[in-house]
Amino acid sequence: MADFQIKKNPKTYDVVIVGSGAGGGMSAYVLSQAGLKVLLLEAGPMYDPAKNVTQLKWPWESPRRGASTKHRNFGDFDAAYGGWELEGEPYTHKDGTKFDWFRSRMLGGRTNHWGRISLRFGPKDFKRKSIDGMGDDWPISYDDIAPYYDKVDRLIGVFGSKENLPNDPDSIFLPPPKPRLHELFIKDAGTALNIPVIPARLSILTKKLPGNDARGNCFFCSQCNRGCTVYGDFSSSSVLVKPALETGHVDVIANAMVREVLTYSKGMATGVSYVSKDDMQEYEVSAKAVVLAASACESARLLLNSKSSNHPNGLANSSNIVGKYLHDSTGAGMGGILPKLVGRKRYNEDGVGGMHVYTPWWLDNKKLDFARGYHIEYYGGMGMPGYGFGFGIQGTNGKYPGRDGKQKQAGGYGVALKDDYRYFYGAQFGMDGRGEAIAREDNYCEIDPNTVDKYGIPVLRFHYKWSDQEVKQAKHMKDTFREIIHKMGGVVTWGDDGPENDYGLEAPGRIIHEVGTTRMGNDAKKSVLNKFNQAHDCKNLFVMDGGAFVSQADKNPTWTILALAMRASEYLIDEMKKQNI
Amino acid sequence: MTTKRKIILMDRRKYLKTLAVGTVGAISAPTLLDSCKPEEKPKEVAVTPTIDRTPAELERYNKLMAEKFFDDHEMKTITVLVDIIIPKDEVSGSASDAKVPDFIEFIAKDMPKHQTPLRGGIKWLDLHCSRRFNQSFVGCSASQQIEIVDEIAFPEKAKPEMLQGVAFFNLMRDLTATGFFTSKMGIDDLGYVGNRPNQWDGVPQDVLAQYGVKYDQKTLDECVKFDS
Repeated sequence: MADFQIKKNPKTYDVVIVGSGAGGGMSAYVLSQAGLKVLLLEAGPMYDPAKNVTQLKWPWESPRRGASTKHRNFGDFDAAYGGWELEGEPYTHKDGTKFDWFRSRMLGGRTNHWGRISLRFGPKDFKRKSIDGMGDDWPISYDDIAPYYDKVDRLIGVFGSKENLPNDPDSIFLPPPKPRLHELFIKDAGTALNIPVIPARLSILTKKLPGNDARGNCFFCSQCNRGCTVYGDFSSSSVLVKPALETGHVDVIANAMVREVLTYSKGMATGVSYVSKDDMQEYEVSAKAVVLAASACESARLLLNSKSSNHPNGLANSSNIVGKYLHDSTGAGMGGILPKLVGRKRYNEDGVGGMHVYTPWWLDNKKLDFARGYHIEYYGGMGMPGYGFGFGIQGTNGKYPGRDGKQKQAGGYGVALKDDYRYFYGAQFGMDGRGEAIAREDNYCEIDPNTVDKYGIPVLRFHYKWSDQEVKQAKHMKDTFREIIHKMGGVVTWGDDGPENDYGLEAPGRIIHEVGTTRMGNDAKKSVLNKFNQAHDCKNLFVMDGGAFVSQADKNPTWTILALAMRASEYLIDEMKKQNI
Repeated sequence: MTTKRKIILMDRRKYLKTLAVGTVGAISAPTLLDSCKPEEKPKEVAVTPTIDRTPAELERYNKLMAEKFFDDHEMKTITVLVDIIIPKDEVSGSASDAKVPDFIEFIAKDMPKHQTPLRGGIKWLDLHCSRRFNQSFVGCSASQQIEIVDEIAFPEKAKPEMLQGVAFFNLMRDLTATGFFTSKMGIDDLGYVGNRPNQWDGVPQDVLAQYGVKYDQKTLDECVKFDS
């Protein structure tokens, strides 16, 4: 074999950032605007939704009609490469527990896939232990992060409506799109049941973002998950990394799989080492500070794999907390058909990529048998057909009279069946609950002592179990969904789960909101980072992804990752100016 | 890297003609028309994928396109079945007009979980036809084919001994519907009119009126408005 040698990058950067998703993209943006010399390392290829196009393509342009593959778990047209299994990059489980780890190695990371749901955490979300005694409080309050949420709103854009809800703070909103037809029915049913149904909050430009000429407006194709050719929605690659590169202060190296954080004898970080997927050679790069934003679990893995005599337990892990308190959102769904929508008139109701209305958490947990809430996401209507269209028609066409008013046998074939597909098209709808799980020390990822990936890097081993809290929450979701569907006059066709399968509660990891593995706190014995995402044990090391979260809230984590990364990056700049780093 | 990829396609017009002198048994059903002719040489066509593909995806695509899963008899059977499931009507053509058999061939290669249910299902069907009509399914007359389909196409009234056939037909129905309604012909038939730049300004007035709903004032005030 070829000589094994490590190539050292001659340049010393101010900051090396590992990962180009929400946290890494934001950090690159903020640091480069301040003139710092930044190296951005990404484990996957370069990606630009204006060039790597799947938007406005037709189903027949995919031979599998958009079905999912091992290369794109969310379907052939989805922008996100990768999924829950990556070839040559395994992970393992402990004690028969389950955790599914979604990875998207590409510029922009998982922001290329997410639903653009952009919710601020509320005041209570930072102080859950004070409220219900479980988990821990954050070392910051809503007031600490609010100015950064404001800045993120202005920089990236989010639509929504002013509601003045106590724990779902309003952003600086662009106008939301009007509800679709099924969403009007959902809203009516919700109103009758005292369940709020309000405009969704998504980072999609329904109007021009003031002061930003680089991004086009949404043209309502409903395909944000495919990546937007005019950058009308948020993904880190197009909205943060692209302008960061344009400053001239950022180098980006794609296909760079970081192995560990390098430290010198006093224990400070000096840079990182990585293997290039292009030539399989080993590289080292030096920087005055290191920002990990590789995703909650990947950053924890990096720290645990960065062992030295000063950090025998892994870097920034004197607390032994790295990898612990891993928690993903809870998830459960239910769907059905709305008989009043059969045979409906056709028109273009694509709208934005995702729901136009949603339900924020509305109840008081003191009156319930579980802690923490959930929000509800809705979908349905006359979407573009893809793989799976028409599946299971025998579950529908035998239950409702056809166009001629006659009840027929389920299933069938021929001209009558062909017309059933037309007749029932657009009458389906569904909803998903996304809730807060309790962060617990015994849900964790750690290094598997026996297994490495194809780069020779020790892999993660997961240990994760839901508790009664989450199962009871899922039961409540299902009861609520059933109530909403019945109130709408709909009929449940799937998701009517009971105790036999924990009320359809999704396995941990499936909602792809995993956070908490390098949590922040004031006590260095019980946390990995301080309140500025800076490692207690290593002051020139920051973690700016979801790992920093103390608790997840019933909100999608991206907007909070962005706000914290912006805040931490500004702090890093200040500390460098003061020569503390 | 190059994006030009060679894939192998059969020239459909050529094999249409050849079936009258097909290989198996009696040829009576006109629905046999759209099937592969084994002797025909594959025609190489350069096809550029029109959607973003990673190198790994291109590699898989080329590998799958070079493979053949169903034999000619199976493809004929599939073709007859998909046109029974979705025939031509006054709105649009048949499933085979929309190249659904090609889609099913591809998806069986792409999703190996379908291979045994489809291959075994065709065997099951042929065996039943053979016992009753002394013919394979495609060798049966159109009325014989419908007689057997009637026994597996209606899950709730099927006899217990036909349930394996019901499962096969359910799968065929699913794949046929997806293959057809994701083709251009099927999407036009369905009347899906999205997937193009536009301005969403809410549900059309006549539709709101039809369902007796309207936007409340808060919604009208806060939602996005368009100049034109």
